Amino acid sequence: MEAVAFYIIAAIAVFGALLMITRRNPLAGAFSLVVSLIALAGIYAMLRAELIFILQILVYAGAIMVLVIFTIMLLNLREEELEEPPAGKIKTLIILAAVAFGCYGIIKVLSGAPDEVPRVPENFGSVEKVGELMLTSYLYPFEIISVVLLVAIVGVVLLAKKVI
Amino acid sequence: MERLADYIVYNLPFLQQIPRVIVDLIIMLFFATCMLLFWVALFAGITSWVERRVAGRIQSRIGPNRVGPQGFLQWIADGLKCFLKEDFVPAAADKKLFLLAPYIVFAGMFAVFVVVPFGDGLIISNLNIGIFYVLAISSLVVVGILMSGWSSNNKWSLLGGMRSAAQIVSYEIPVSLAILPVILLTGSLGMQDIIRAQGPYPWQWFAFHNPFTFIAFFIFFIGALAEGNRTPFDIPEAESELVAGYNTEYSGMRFVFFFFAEWANLYIIAALTVTLFLGGWNTPAHLYTNLFGLLHRSVDVAGTFVFILKSLFLVFVIIWIRWTLPRLRVDQMMDVCWKYFVPFSFANIVGTIIWMVLADAAPVLGYVRYILFVVGLMVPLAIAMKITRNFRLAKSEIHLNPFI
Repeated sequence: MEAVAFYIIAAIAVFGALLMITRRNPLAGAFSLVVSLIALAGIYAMLRAELIFILQILVYAGAIMVLVIFTIMLLNLREEELEEPPAGKIKTLIILAAVAFGCYGIIKVLSGAPDEVPRVPENFGSVEKVGELMLTSYLYPFEIISVVLLVAIVGVVLLAKKVI
Repeated sequence: MERLADYIVYNLPFLQQIPRVIVDLIIMLFFATCMLLFWVALFAGITSWVERRVAGRIQSRIGPNRVGPQGFLQWIADGLKCFLKEDFVPAAADKKLFLLAPYIVFAGMFAVFVVVPFGDGLIISNLNIGIFYVLAISSLVVVGILMSGWSSNNKWSLLGGMRSAAQIVSYEIPVSLAILPVILLTGSLGMQDIIRAQGPYPWQWFAFHNPFTFIAFFIFFIGALAEGNRTPFDIPEAESELVAGYNTEYSGMRFVFFFFAEWANLYIIAALTVTLFLGGWNTPAHLYTNLFGLLHRSVDVAGTFVFILKSLFLVFVIIWIRWTLPRLRVDQMMDVCWKYFVPFSFANIVGTIIWMVLADAAPVLGYVRYILFVVGLMVPLAIAMKITRNFRLAKSEIHLNPFI
């Protein structure tokens, strides 16, 4: 029963991603990406990784995509500026994807690996676990990222405002 | 994780024969429908009538009073009218996105009801990320609003959508930061844990816990009003500039969906404020639950009643604010957010942490909440005195009876 739910969510994610690269209109593409990202959040929810599920929605679907949509709207592309739909490229992509799937299947059959999913560790993706990891094992990367983000914020203010 | 579904299956043994996934699905659909029909739709409808009546009385008019007693059934007439209207799509609109947008806005708001704690145990799913879930899910509304604004292919809609998105994204920051002191004090993100950490009496509420949460309460409430596009922050739908903002081109039921979302949001703002700062469903009876024995479920009912009463009062306050204050300008609104709310809410977090450390060392600080409660009580008292004075001065021209 869980497998069914997984395949439904996964299909929505793949469908959204496909729509995103095939739409001619950049905004329609951006909205399809939102669908794909939300479906991905659904997969996290199935893993009971609540914090990661909510961060996926808050950060990607909520914040980053709104920025992307804003940028596309501000560019204000007209119909004639858009590229023609790249029919040839899509065919190549589909063939590549089919080849990749085929290779995966062959390796799977040849290696005879058991069709077993690795178990999710206890408390995976809960608030406590993520917080603990962030302040113990990954303390230095976490602090470095926050410094990098701070530099980015200061840089943006400097670039946007010539005279401070 | 405590869930309503677990509770029902536990109490009805025959459901254990059926596969759990199907039972869960049916229960979820059943509660979603109940929520929509008997709470969200009813609330949105009746609030639309209340709002128009209150607006009428505040502006010395009468308001809708034709359909039913005192115009009470006006909302049914309005709903029926919108239902029968043509579902119009402008020729130049992006049809798919235009048709989809109202549902995304509505779904984003409606999904918040999953974690609204109506009572002890009366919560659809007590997620342990409760309040964080609310912040995340309601940020999806922005996508829907941008979608509707852009796909209408109308500059008023686009401007309204852009303004709305900018406003919601900006005010998300002070609102989230204002919630943090409460989370620090509770040590949990779950809605029920936050409520249990408070007591039934007003001075035990988080709003009066310490000076920093007192400020956070006001930042949260005002910020939430701005996030919900309510006056004095309703710049995205400023009639004098933008016709009606992002929903200009919508008609019929799709238009109603936007308003459903708006009124549902009205209740969500009130319910979240009550949960975070005003004690939630706590009643004095909850302290003595074991005394009630078999009747302990009646305590839960009383709690639900208290919760709904408090939140409906806040809804009235929001309506009152809407029809009393004029609209802010865009730059003023952004100033309020970035120059005052954000720094203040950062200071609040640091202040709350220091307070928690100090309160451990010096228990005397626990008495500060009584002082804050008295200060908090002064605000409504001052307003009440001002109103009575105004009434005295203008006695002959004011009709006190709200039902004309």
